Amino acid sequence: MLQLNQIHKVFNEGTLDEKIALSHINHALDPGDFVTVIGSNGAGKSTLMNVISGVLSPDVGEVVIEGKNVTNLPEHKRAAFIGRVFQNPLAGTAPSMTIEENMAMAYARNKKRGFRAGVTKKLKGFFKESLATLHLGLEDRLNAKVGMLSGGERQALSLLMATFTEPKILLLDEHTAALDPSRAELITTLTKDIVQQHQLTTLMVTHNMQQALDLGNRLIMMDKGQIILEVSGKEKEELTIEQLLQEFQRIRGSKMTSDRALLS
Amino acid sequence: MFSMLFPAFESGVIYAIMALGVYLSFRILDFPDLTVDGSFVTGAGVASIMLVNGQSPVLATIAGMGAGFIAGCITGVLHTKGKINPLLSGILMMIALYSINLRIMNDRPNIPLLGQETLFSMFRSFWEGLGIDEALNSVFAGIGLDPTTWSIMALMILVTFTIKFFTDWFLRTEIGLALRATGDNKQMIRSFSADTNKLTVLGLGVSNAFVALSGALIAQYNSFADIGMGIGMIIIGLASVIIGEALFGIKTIMRTTLAVIGGAIIYRIVIGLALELGFKAGDLKLITAMLVVIALVLPKILEGQKERARKKRKRSEFEKTYALGPEKEGDNVASTKSNSQSL
Repeated sequence: MLQLNQIHKVFNEGTLDEKIALSHINHALDPGDFVTVIGSNGAGKSTLMNVISGVLSPDVGEVVIEGKNVTNLPEHKRAAFIGRVFQNPLAGTAPSMTIEENMAMAYARNKKRGFRAGVTKKLKGFFKESLATLHLGLEDRLNAKVGMLSGGERQALSLLMATFTEPKILLLDEHTAALDPSRAELITTLTKDIVQQHQLTTLMVTHNMQQALDLGNRLIMMDKGQIILEVSGKEKEELTIEQLLQEFQRIRGSKMTSDRALLS
Repeated sequence: MFSMLFPAFESGVIYAIMALGVYLSFRILDFPDLTVDGSFVTGAGVASIMLVNGQSPVLATIAGMGAGFIAGCITGVLHTKGKINPLLSGILMMIALYSINLRIMNDRPNIPLLGQETLFSMFRSFWEGLGIDEALNSVFAGIGLDPTTWSIMALMILVTFTIKFFTDWFLRTEIGLALRATGDNKQMIRSFSADTNKLTVLGLGVSNAFVALSGALIAQYNSFADIGMGIGMIIIGLASVIIGEALFGIKTIMRTTLAVIGGAIIYRIVIGLALELGFKAGDLKLITAMLVVIALVLPKILEGQKERARKKRKRSEFEKTYALGPEKEGDNVASTKSNSQSL
């Protein structure tokens, strides 16, 4: 479904600040794979997400989605196949527009936009149905401005908007990190349900090791722009946080440096 | 009184189209577009030169509008492709348009249209056949309102409201929604596969088309086009938008576009009153600037006063409910302190 071939990305090449963000990454996701990505700060997780979504273009290597090379496709064109939820709960929705208008824009993701009405009666019914699955009562507030919603509600809406059109790839970039624990729990549960329901091929970056272990069928650990550990299936189910940390120390000969990862 | 307000009202309805254009760029796209000062004259210049050369007023007006569209698109390209800051892209285009407008106007800083057939004279001859003027005048003469013709007002209300309804409709289409999101949250709408660059160019094009249409109509209304007629136009547009929004509300798009039209008319009436009071035409820019400053600052001052009054009320309520002795109050403070320490 998603193939990353020899992805290499260097920032500030030739200066003192030179940093190899991604070092010849090779990775492939099968349809329906749900991969969680962990790693210390600066390991290249976010860069990887940005290369896949087209925000950044790799120096070397190619991104292939369903057999199609999309490396040179700009971000907005690639977005037809990719659903994204950002860390900032305010980033995924337009605050001065209503819930139904936001949903309508998300609905048009893989279609050509024209001069038809954005929100129609038929769509409203569909939006209501989809919103009801969140159990937040948003289905009764179709005409409310999104800016009036709480951070948790907005993130739930972002998640729904990114997924209800069934993208080929779903990218979740620490999408629960900026929420309080109970809201993060809610979004985590929703993520699990939605991904399962639509059988979405998903890549989720997280700082929360427990979350990385609980969700998904595969786990990869990144450090210094490389994938240093890959676990899947039964092996992943039996994995614990302690084992993960030990594994990191064994491979790298040093302790994992992310305080947030350790604390959570 | 009313006979003085009538022309202010008339020109206000024409300037309202320009204000709707400014609303599109400034509010919807969140792009402070100074192209307006130039594209207003572009519309007026193109229409006037075509009228002088014997073209039909309808065609001349539409051509003026089209020229404005192109000017706006170029500003958009400067910003999106050239990565030039929005304010600077607008200023560059405004300056460039000064020269272009002079060329359009055949190197004449002023083109008189006296005696030319215009959209208004055309419509007037049609209108007078209907005999509505006499009927309206017999009704309104009682309050001292008997203009020579109602035809300009009728035509302009028709045109301006067509533009308003077009805007309302456009902003609710799929493209319109994406355009609004471009001004609201670029990252979001890009992640839903909209090309924010193209949308910005389109939005600025439509915005400046409105501005140029307004310029073309003002030239025909005043019977001349002048190279300097666009100076400060962006501020006039802004004044209309801000005054309108403050007075008539912004609950929905339809409401806001109506508010902007109202704002444009009120602005003209205020200017009319200022002239009546003995201010000179040259003072109007200063008055406009002050009007915008007041419209921007006053709501904040009022808000602050309201907030202070609310707090004062809350405090007195609190004191009444918890009317405790001085020692006890002291205890309370102490316990809160220790609480905060233990946290």
